[in-house]
Amino acid sequence: MAAPRPSARGWRAVVAALAVLVAGIAFAAGWRALADDGIHDPSSPAVHLLQQPGEALAALPRDAAGNQVDWMAALDRGLIRPRSSVSPNFEVRLRTTEILRRETANQAMVVFPHRQHTAWIDCVTCHSGLFEMRAGATRMNMLQILSGEKCGQCHGAVAFPLTECARCHRVRRGSPEAAAFGNGIVRDAGAR
Amino acid sequence: MTRARAVAWIAFAFALVASALASPPAGAEYGDVVLNRRSEANGMRPVVFPHWFHRIRFRCTVCHGEFGFRMRAGSNEVSMQDIVEGKLCGMCHDGRTAWGAEQCDLCHSGRRGMKTGIYGGHQTGGPGRW
Repeated sequence: MAAPRPSARGWRAVVAALAVLVAGIAFAAGWRALADDGIHDPSSPAVHLLQQPGEALAALPRDAAGNQVDWMAALDRGLIRPRSSVSPNFEVRLRTTEILRRETANQAMVVFPHRQHTAWIDCVTCHSGLFEMRAGATRMNMLQILSGEKCGQCHGAVAFPLTECARCHRVRRGSPEAAAFGNGIVRDAGAR
Repeated sequence: MTRARAVAWIAFAFALVASALASPPAGAEYGDVVLNRRSEANGMRPVVFPHWFHRIRFRCTVCHGEFGFRMRAGSNEVSMQDIVEGKLCGMCHDGRTAWGAEQCDLCHSGRRGMKTGIYGGHQTGGPGRW
């Protein structure tokens, strides 16, 4: 007596299960608990008292890089509302200009957006210690950045990592995005 | 139960278990700073400063502008004297905005032997450490 052949329904179920597997891998990735993160001492009383990363971060928009949180989206959507200062008379300075850097060899050109940066940090954080005030005046290269200088002070440590090339190198030569800068390197992108 | 339905249940169960096992847990510690220049020498666990926890509540510029924390891990001299006097961490950790300096264990919670520095970088290992 021949064994019954698996039905078409059975194979469809296997395909559906594979889809569940892929979706599960994408969404089930959580954050290690403090006691298991390799940094906290599991015998410290703090690991039972401090907020767990998963508790705070699960509600925020996901990113595929860094610590899996899209912090800019979290801020833009009002899901987090971080305080801007502790002293009452501190003025938040927001800027909306974008700077185009054309000196990127055969890579796409780099756009630096002030809006996303001034949402977190003040002018003096970068100017003029890391970057000169005049657009395009600061010379830099990827070796410096990969070594933790310039952009690399934050990117790779607390901002999206340097493996995310296209997030900075995002304007192709001759593209409409490049044309928006005309012959210059500064344009006002406006508030969101 | 039909054979097809049995295959379906087994496959779904396998998929759920496999995805749970295959999911790499993300490091929320991305940007955790360990301070151990003085801690263990004085019999305390190293301090863990989690960037993820603080940036939900404060913009970067509060600590890196107003409070004067320099942006390279290890470049800030932080002493308990400063904190008790309301400087650096003590700007908030004063028992009002955040817990005060008497709650030693909440900050001094790191594994013994960890070196001062920034931990959990995705690829670069943090500033200055390609």
